Amino acid sequence: MKEIKCVVWDLDNTLWDGILLEDKDVTLKEDIPNIIKTLDSRGILNSISSKNDFVSATEKLKEFNLLDYFLYPEINWNNKSDSIKSIAKNLNIGLDSIMFVDDQQYERDEVSFAIPEVVCVDAMQHKQLLSNPLLNPRFITESSKSRRKLYIEDIKRKIDEEKFLGPKEDFLKSLNMELCIKPAREEDLARLEELTIRTHQLNTTGITYDYEDLKRMIYSEQFILFAAELKDNYGSYGKIGLVLIEKLKGEWRIKLFILSCRVMTRGIGTVVLNEIMKTAKLQNLRLSAEFIHTQKNRVMYIALKFANFIEDDANTTSDLTILNNDLSIINKATQFINVKMEFEWN
Amino acid sequence: MELNKRVREFIEENLLVFDDEVEFSDSDNIFELGFVNSLFAMKLVSYVENNFNISVGNADLRLDNFNSIDNIVKFINSKIS
Repeated sequence: MKEIKCVVWDLDNTLWDGILLEDKDVTLKEDIPNIIKTLDSRGILNSISSKNDFVSATEKLKEFNLLDYFLYPEINWNNKSDSIKSIAKNLNIGLDSIMFVDDQQYERDEVSFAIPEVVCVDAMQHKQLLSNPLLNPRFITESSKSRRKLYIEDIKRKIDEEKFLGPKEDFLKSLNMELCIKPAREEDLARLEELTIRTHQLNTTGITYDYEDLKRMIYSEQFILFAAELKDNYGSYGKIGLVLIEKLKGEWRIKLFILSCRVMTRGIGTVVLNEIMKTAKLQNLRLSAEFIHTQKNRVMYIALKFANFIEDDANTTSDLTILNNDLSIINKATQFINVKMEFEWN
Repeated sequence: MELNKRVREFIEENLLVFDDEVEFSDSDNIFELGFVNSLFAMKLVSYVENNFNISVGNADLRLDNFNSIDNIVKFINSKIS
C-alpha cells in the first residue's frame, strides 16, 4: 500500500465552515487543528489548494494558529490539479503520495480526472482521516516528527540560494556540507526502514527491508549496513541514505543503495559511491551491485553506470541486473562536500 | 563543429567548476576533472535525449559515450545518422 506523504487541504467549507470572501468570521471546524497537528507529528506534511484571496486566507490561517503547518500553500485561482502538481514538485514527492481533501465534488473530479494517482477525499469524511491506514505510517521516527522543520530549513536554503549573488559553486561551498558515512546503529534502523519504504527515485532495487530484517543484518557477519548523514550550516538533514553491502568471497556486493530525494539536488550519489569504491579498493576487494529497474529509478542507474559499473551479462536476469566495477576508474569527488567515512576492518 | 559548440555550452552551464582557471578541451575527460556528480549525470542524459530526440538505452549508458565533448558528439551522431 502506498503511503501518503502530504495532505492537501481546501479551505472554504473544508478547513472552516463558510466562505471567506463572503464572511470574514468563518469558523474553524472543531477537530481540524487536532487532525493537522496529529498528521504533522506523524511526519505527514500538510499543504493547501484553495481558490481564494491569498492575503485574507493566510491572515485567517495565522489567526487560527495554523499557518506554519502548511508547506507551499497554493492559494490562487488556478485549477486545483495544477496547484497539486506544483506542491508535489516543490516538495519533490510523487503525485501518488498526495491526498486531497475538498468539500466540492467538482474539484475532486477535476483533480481525479487530471491526476488519477491522487487520493481524493470528501471533506465530510474528515473525522475518519486519522484512522485511515494510508495516514498511519508503521514507524514514527525522530526524522518523521521533525520532517516539516527539515522542509522549512530546505525552503530557507532555497531562498538564500536564489538570493545569492555570484556563482552557484560559491553558494554550495558556503554551505559547508559534511557527509558522514558509518555503520548503522540500532537507533538508526526505524529511519532506514522508512527510507526503504519512502524512497523510489534514488533507490537501486526498490526492495523494502523492515526493522527486524535490518537489525539482523547489522549484527550479522555477512552484511554491512552503512547509514549516511548530511549536515550543513542550516542544520542536519538527518540520515539521508543507506548502503547495504553483502560480503561475498573477496567481493563486496551492494545489495541496496538509497538516497533521500530531499538531497537529490546536492548530487551526492557519486560521492557516496566513490567512498564505497575507495574502501573496497583499499582492501583489494571486487565490487558489484544489484539493480532492479523500476518506473522511477533511472537516475540511480545512471549514477552507477557513470561510476563505471558495467553490466555482468552472464549473471543478469530479466528481473535482476548485476553490475561489476573493476575499480580501475575512481573519479575525483566533488570538492564542496567534506566526506567522513568511518569504517573499521575487523 | 556546431554540435561541439552546443554540447560545450550545455556542459559549461551545468558543470560545477570551482576553479575559474579550469579549462577543458573537447577531448578532455570531464569525469576525471572531478566536477561531475550524479545530478549532472542525469541532466546530461536528459539533455541528449530531449535536444536531439534520441532515446538513450541501457546499453548506451556507458562512461565512454559521455565522458568528453568529443565522445558525446560522436554518440549523438551515431544515433541520429
